[in-house]
Amino acid sequence: MKTEGKKRVWEDYQKEIAEDHYYFQRSCIRQNFFPGSETAFLKILTGELGRDIMDDPHHTTCTGIGYHADIVPFDTTMTVVARHFALMTENGYENMIISCVTSFGIYTEILETWKHFPEVLARARRYLKKATGREFNIPKNVTHASDIIYKFKDQIAAKAKYRLINQQTGEPLKVVEHIGCHYSKMFPSWGVGGAEFPYVLQGMVESWGGEVIDYPERRHCCGFGFRQYIVRANRGYSVANSKKKFESMKPYKPDFVVCNCPGCTMFMDKWQYTISEMEGKTYDEYGFGIPVLTYEEMAGLVLGYDPWELGLQMHQVQSEPLLDKMGIPYDPAEKYKTASGKTFRLPAEPTSLKVCV
Amino acid sequence: MKEFGFSITKDRQIDYDQNDHRLLNFVLENEPSFIVCISCGGCTATCSAGNLIDFNIRKLNILIRRGETEDLEREINKCMLCGKCMLVCPRGINTRNVILKIKEAIQKFR
Repeated sequence: MKTEGKKRVWEDYQKEIAEDHYYFQRSCIRQNFFPGSETAFLKILTGELGRDIMDDPHHTTCTGIGYHADIVPFDTTMTVVARHFALMTENGYENMIISCVTSFGIYTEILETWKHFPEVLARARRYLKKATGREFNIPKNVTHASDIIYKFKDQIAAKAKYRLINQQTGEPLKVVEHIGCHYSKMFPSWGVGGAEFPYVLQGMVESWGGEVIDYPERRHCCGFGFRQYIVRANRGYSVANSKKKFESMKPYKPDFVVCNCPGCTMFMDKWQYTISEMEGKTYDEYGFGIPVLTYEEMAGLVLGYDPWELGLQMHQVQSEPLLDKMGIPYDPAEKYKTASGKTFRLPAEPTSLKVCV
Repeated sequence: MKEFGFSITKDRQIDYDQNDHRLLNFVLENEPSFIVCISCGGCTATCSAGNLIDFNIRKLNILIRRGETEDLEREINKCMLCGKCMLVCPRGINTRNVILKIKEAIQKFR
């Protein structure tokens, strides 16, 4: 294939990402498990890139977890989402950024439904009006937060204090990028690179000096899958999916994993502990496990933010080996200190998985 | 090891690179006619043991070729060595000898 042809084909896999003035929709899981990520996102967008973004305390969950667990009906989810659109409209915004891939899937599913079934949109408007008295406009641009970081990756690279390069060897860090299924597997045109070649994380990694590993199970689901982990008896299936990925990536010796989905980040991180406790296995050479980062944490490290302010100590697999490789300084004494200087309760140590306390 | 109230589901992927092919190679070496099997299932259709109990020679053939030999010993002992399968095989495979060689290989690679 000629290069021009390739470029033309690749254009079909791009999506439109707004330049400025965003309304931010937070994630339930990320605020709890990776509390530094969204703070870092806002800091990067406002502080580093000078963009206008509204972090609205009035929005609620998108009901995604309840919806996929068959507890919340579609009409309820639709009305909740319509309320978020109403909040955005009331605040004068037209572009929405969604922090969570599950929410992103919910929003895309609803917007596509409304596109094809206008009567369902009319029903949602009626429900919202009846319940809250609000009205809404459909946003002009809906993006996932990783799309935004992807869009500004080169500006971030220009400001980078550290690159994704192993300082000890000078080689690029080997990165596993994992993209959440609901990002583009459901509606391919909503994701950068579509369902076949999702490029959103790979673009960031390459721009910041790292090397992406193309391992056999790269596009396999992490196993999150809502009902698989919500029902305890099904969790064996959930963890088996992550295990399949770890077994597949292990021979390539990845330095870290980066995900754009809160569920994937959580499970790729925490199932490493579960597998180590159940089978005594870890997936790096030294028994520390493979650190799993969100894309904002990766961007934060590249921009030279303090690892403990990014919340890396809140992960199950600890990131000190990665920080050493990147040459990022950190103070172990500060690791478990709160903003007011108090030390919070130290976590219990796992049996097999090594941690740097 | 800790108990979490669930266990890790076993992977059912057939990994041809990882699986054990010693048994297949031994049978092919000692009964070369086995290589021409087309998995038609004639042997299974005529099998005396298979008509009475849960026993399937074609399934065994597939399992051996995949290298999945864990439950083979229990299965292979169901064969009565009557040899009817040899009479119907369209490729003229000495199926009775194949069974004997599998038994021999199980002993050898145990």
